[in-house]
Amino acid sequence: MGEFKVHRVRFFNYVPSGIRCVAYNNQSNRLAVSRTDGTVEIYNLSANYFQEKVGCEDGSVKLFQITPDKIQFERNFDRQKSRILSLSWHPSGTHIAAGSIDYISVFDVKSGSAVHKMIVDRQYMGVSKRKCIVWGVAFLSDGTIISVDSAGKVQFWDSATGTLVKSHLIANADVQSIAVADQEDSFVVGTAEGTVFHFQLVPVTSNSSEKQWVRTKPFQHHTHDVRTVAHSPTALISGGTDTHLVFRPLMEKVEVKNYDAALRKITFPHRCLISCSKKRQLLLFQFAHHLELWRLGSTVATGKNGDTLPLSKNADHLLHLKTKGPENIICSCISPCGSWIAYSTVSRFFLYRLNYEHDNISLKRVSKMPAFLRSALQILFSEDSTKLFVASNQGALHIVQLSGGSFKHLHAFQPQSGTVEAMCLLAVSPDGNWLAASGTSAGVHVYNVKQLKLHCTVPAYNFPVTAMAIAPNTNNLVIAHSDQQVFEYSIPDKQYTDWSRTVQKQGFHHLWLQRDTPITHISFHPKRPMHILLHDAYMFCIIDKSLPLPNDKTLLYNPFPPTNESDVIRRRTAHAFKISKIYKPLLFMDLLDERTLVAVERPLDDIIAQLPPPIKKKKFGT
Amino acid sequence: MAALEEEFTLSSVVLSAGPEGLLGVEQSDKTDQFLVTDSGRTVILYKVSDQKPLGSWSVKQGQIITCPAVCNFQTGEYVVVHDNKVLRIWNNEDVNLDKVFKATLSAEVYRILSVQGTEPLVLFKEGAVRGLEALLADPQQKIETVISDEEVIKWTKFFVVFRHPVLIFITEKHGNYFAYVQMFNSRILTKYTLLLGQDENSVIKSFTASVDRKFISLMSLSSDGCIYETLIPIRPADPEKNQSLVKSLLLKAVVSGNARNGVALTALDQDHVAVLGSPLAASKECLSVWNIKFQTLQTSKELPQGTSGQLWYYGEHLFMLHGKSLTVIPYKCEVSSLAGALGKLKHSQDPGTHVVSHFVNWETPQGCGLGFQNSEQSRRILRRRKIEVSLQPEVPPSKQLLSTIMKDSEKHIEVEVRKFLALKQTPDFHTVIGDTVTGLLESLCPDLMEIALKKKDVQLLQLCLQQFPDIPESVTCACLKIFLSIGDDSLQETDVNMESVFDYSINSVHDEKMEEQTEILQNGFNPEEDKCNNCDQELNKKPQDETKESTSCPVVQKRAALLNAILHSAYSETFLLPHLKDIPAQHITLFLKYLYFLYLKCSENATMTLPGIHPPTLNQIMDWICLLLDANFTVVVMMPEAKRLLINLYKLVKSQISVYSELNKIEVSFRELQKLNQEKNNRGLYSIEVLELF
Repeated sequence: MGEFKVHRVRFFNYVPSGIRCVAYNNQSNRLAVSRTDGTVEIYNLSANYFQEKVGCEDGSVKLFQITPDKIQFERNFDRQKSRILSLSWHPSGTHIAAGSIDYISVFDVKSGSAVHKMIVDRQYMGVSKRKCIVWGVAFLSDGTIISVDSAGKVQFWDSATGTLVKSHLIANADVQSIAVADQEDSFVVGTAEGTVFHFQLVPVTSNSSEKQWVRTKPFQHHTHDVRTVAHSPTALISGGTDTHLVFRPLMEKVEVKNYDAALRKITFPHRCLISCSKKRQLLLFQFAHHLELWRLGSTVATGKNGDTLPLSKNADHLLHLKTKGPENIICSCISPCGSWIAYSTVSRFFLYRLNYEHDNISLKRVSKMPAFLRSALQILFSEDSTKLFVASNQGALHIVQLSGGSFKHLHAFQPQSGTVEAMCLLAVSPDGNWLAASGTSAGVHVYNVKQLKLHCTVPAYNFPVTAMAIAPNTNNLVIAHSDQQVFEYSIPDKQYTDWSRTVQKQGFHHLWLQRDTPITHISFHPKRPMHILLHDAYMFCIIDKSLPLPNDKTLLYNPFPPTNESDVIRRRTAHAFKISKIYKPLLFMDLLDERTLVAVERPLDDIIAQLPPPIKKKKFGT
Repeated sequence: MAALEEEFTLSSVVLSAGPEGLLGVEQSDKTDQFLVTDSGRTVILYKVSDQKPLGSWSVKQGQIITCPAVCNFQTGEYVVVHDNKVLRIWNNEDVNLDKVFKATLSAEVYRILSVQGTEPLVLFKEGAVRGLEALLADPQQKIETVISDEEVIKWTKFFVVFRHPVLIFITEKHGNYFAYVQMFNSRILTKYTLLLGQDENSVIKSFTASVDRKFISLMSLSSDGCIYETLIPIRPADPEKNQSLVKSLLLKAVVSGNARNGVALTALDQDHVAVLGSPLAASKECLSVWNIKFQTLQTSKELPQGTSGQLWYYGEHLFMLHGKSLTVIPYKCEVSSLAGALGKLKHSQDPGTHVVSHFVNWETPQGCGLGFQNSEQSRRILRRRKIEVSLQPEVPPSKQLLSTIMKDSEKHIEVEVRKFLALKQTPDFHTVIGDTVTGLLESLCPDLMEIALKKKDVQLLQLCLQQFPDIPESVTCACLKIFLSIGDDSLQETDVNMESVFDYSINSVHDEKMEEQTEILQNGFNPEEDKCNNCDQELNKKPQDETKESTSCPVVQKRAALLNAILHSAYSETFLLPHLKDIPAQHITLFLKYLYFLYLKCSENATMTLPGIHPPTLNQIMDWICLLLDANFTVVVMMPEAKRLLINLYKLVKSQISVYSELNKIEVSFRELQKLNQEKNNRGLYSIEVLELF
């Protein structure tokens, strides 16, 4: 199948930001996630938990202090002594519960006065703590208020009388978040110890109509504070400082016990943060507020499978480019020749020209960007680095001619009338003739760059595109979707290729379809037209279209070389999918030349090492 | 109502069928596709719905296929044997059979048998059987001879029963027939002689078989034109012995016995068989479907061009060679009913909703040989009884009860159980109860334990504690009271299950010896010497007492077994605690002593477990110690005889606490060690490596 030298890169010092808040929308089955760096992500839970959008509407974290006098536009509420940390409306809109330090207030919306003030016990295991912060409140339609606080308590209050009904001590640390199911028969809380507890309203005895809240299931999927939780009809969703987003399906609500009922843990973004200049062997890393440019090292040695080769030159950190202002970087790209770097924030587009003189690099910003190039969702250079393609967040696709140190705007493909969707994935053919662009739901549009017109649209598919690329020579467009399907579409013929039809007819291997993470990058081998190289976070795969497809009975992943095995077994296991799971978590993989790969890994341990230490828990004698 | 639909021909291509007809028609891994092997050199894959061939493969001129091609359902490949010994494996993409995988075997193959869900089996002409994979690993392996000289395999079939592959083959020798049943997993081969009955001259023309849980129903079509049934047990009573099987007449004179042409028989479902042959000596050949339950002819179809006397049935299709071409006749059988005939049939239930019987898993009552499935089947069972060589004389009352419970309404069961409990003194009483309560819930028969408590039937109580997952805590506690208070002499009479108890008295002596030895050998010095002698003086004073206390079990073995049943039962602390307060103090101390003894036994070995088959776990022991002390502390603390026990328990807790605090102290060091380990595995930030993909 082939032997490669692999540049194993582990110096991409990427740390995902902690999750601050999640919100679930039942109608669209989507989840919004906000992180501490100010980014907002939208996950489509119907599309295999795929991260559809990343927005950085405001590059900063803004903490809104909601004190009663700031809701003045309606009514002047009674002034409270201390700040309010949590708030919940009664479903009928007549009352508001507000959690403060050491107490919870209930306001009557009409009169604006505090109806009750319920003091929360500071005592914790008999010891008086300094303050008891009410981190979260939930107002149920029957008038019950549920509060969670820094003393580790979940408490039930009667808002009519202002009395404590029941108290559960569930943690030795803060309980930081609460979310109630729409039916109000179940809720979930998250603690600073990384534990998530599920509470359910169950009958006291069987057949009895009297129900009570019972703590049913604890889940420990986090190592750090669970800052936020959400409750979808079928799953508990939690996120926090350890940056993982966890979906825990409730087994009793899942009708079909298939793979969809499995726990999901999302750690890495479903988009590419890395671009590569093959000619100069450069990698551009995108962080929230800066870019890093690295040059790969080299070796003259050779070896056999698994060998680590001695380096004749180590990798160099060439450039550290900081953004101006507080805005986050949305996307970035380095040109294949290595002479251009472009990136965009929410309101500004930047283009830099790089000059290489021996070991010195000089950087020059191309000034006077036109107004329409304000904010881009995706940037791409053509293979010969003479053209720049920019997908703006308004839906238009701009083509810019680059020559020398200057640029010229050639054309803008305006979005299809009636669509508002912006393109977030671009692919250009190596001959520069075709440009493919995809949004999250509509089909992939293919444009003729020479004639500057729309060539065709690949039929829309139910699941969003996660990666796409155009093969050299054949101009076949390979598209990966979030349900792990891969299609091959011939741009000149405007139809799916025979291979793609065969794959669809036979279906992918069930283990291929059950992978957790989406394919984020596709590339091709210049000398082997039958090969497609693709990867997700946990595997790298070469599809050899000339070999038979595996069926569900064949072994999909076989890490062992075919030595010492009888001809019978080898004959049966040879199939189109050659998978390697050596590199993980794999954030980027590309072919530098015929014999060389570059793999960018980000070991989880390195991320954990950069997080604040978790709350220490006793291991023994608990 | 069974019906044959319009026939159709699979292809106009004339198959090279010899005088014997085709070699075989076999299923492929796609439902609609079938492999047809003619008697010459060709295998054709047909798609039945399209009525056309999808592929055709031939062996070289001069070679001849000797065994019909089958599909290996596990890999989707096809397997065929030509020239008796040469095995070929190929798949749809292969074009030329010469180029595909080949293995030459050391013995002649009779048939390759393949069904869904298991690997194919190769049956050799000498009666030996091999799995295909095992055979391919060493094709030249020696194949043993199973059947005798001049014995010839006539027919074979392969079943999967409860995921166990079962192979049956019939041999003939000088007009005598033998059946061999091979359990492939256990490698048990059982031989039966088929007794032909009165008419010794009849020759069996065709076989077919169906299988249910316990029996293979072998049907044979004899030369006298009648169909006979023979029931062969899947699990033989005595595999060593050569056993005889009697056949019973199923259908009389379905075909003319002395017809020139071949006749064939195949079972369609539980009640229907298809018969191919001439009904009368002179008439043309017919395919007829018979209902064996009502012994009626359901439908028939004339085949004027004659057949080869072969019939295959898969799914909904009957395959036969009609004239020169392969003909398919779809067969449908809808359930007929009187209501249907009167036009009052209600629509059948939604697919997916099944009537679930009130009780779980009646199909497999453990240790009970009754094979009731439903009332419709009882007729078959009666017949079966007649046929089996050894018969049970009469159904005992206990088994009657069991059958009542299986079939009847909840109300009726209650009455029957009460009646039965009143009777009680049957020898197999407890086995029946054991069978009955398996899979039951306490809440389904609340009175059972109540009665057992009243009668102080500890054996039944133990059974209930072991089987019911939902005993109320009050009942558990009542059981405990009885177990603690019942006299040793009355215990002697009972027959409790001793599975959970280990004979500590034997073992402990042995164990202690081991421990003493290790103590002396430890690092070559005795740690005692280092210690201040005074400190341990008090402890060393009564070494004999100590050992005695820890090594001898404070209760008799039978009581220990009963108490273990309590330890194993499920409970909720909140509900159990109040009931524990009612137990007399001396019983509490006895139970505590026993628990402390179990704890000491537990801590004797490194895994902290007790010996035996189903012993109580350390957690169960500790939880019960805590529970008992919580409930009765004020009482126990006042009792002088419990003082020593309490001191021991106190020491135990204290030592545990100190162990854990030490562990917590060195946890930091553990973490550092872990970090060091991680760093060792860390390969640095950048490297160039070689990767070869295969």
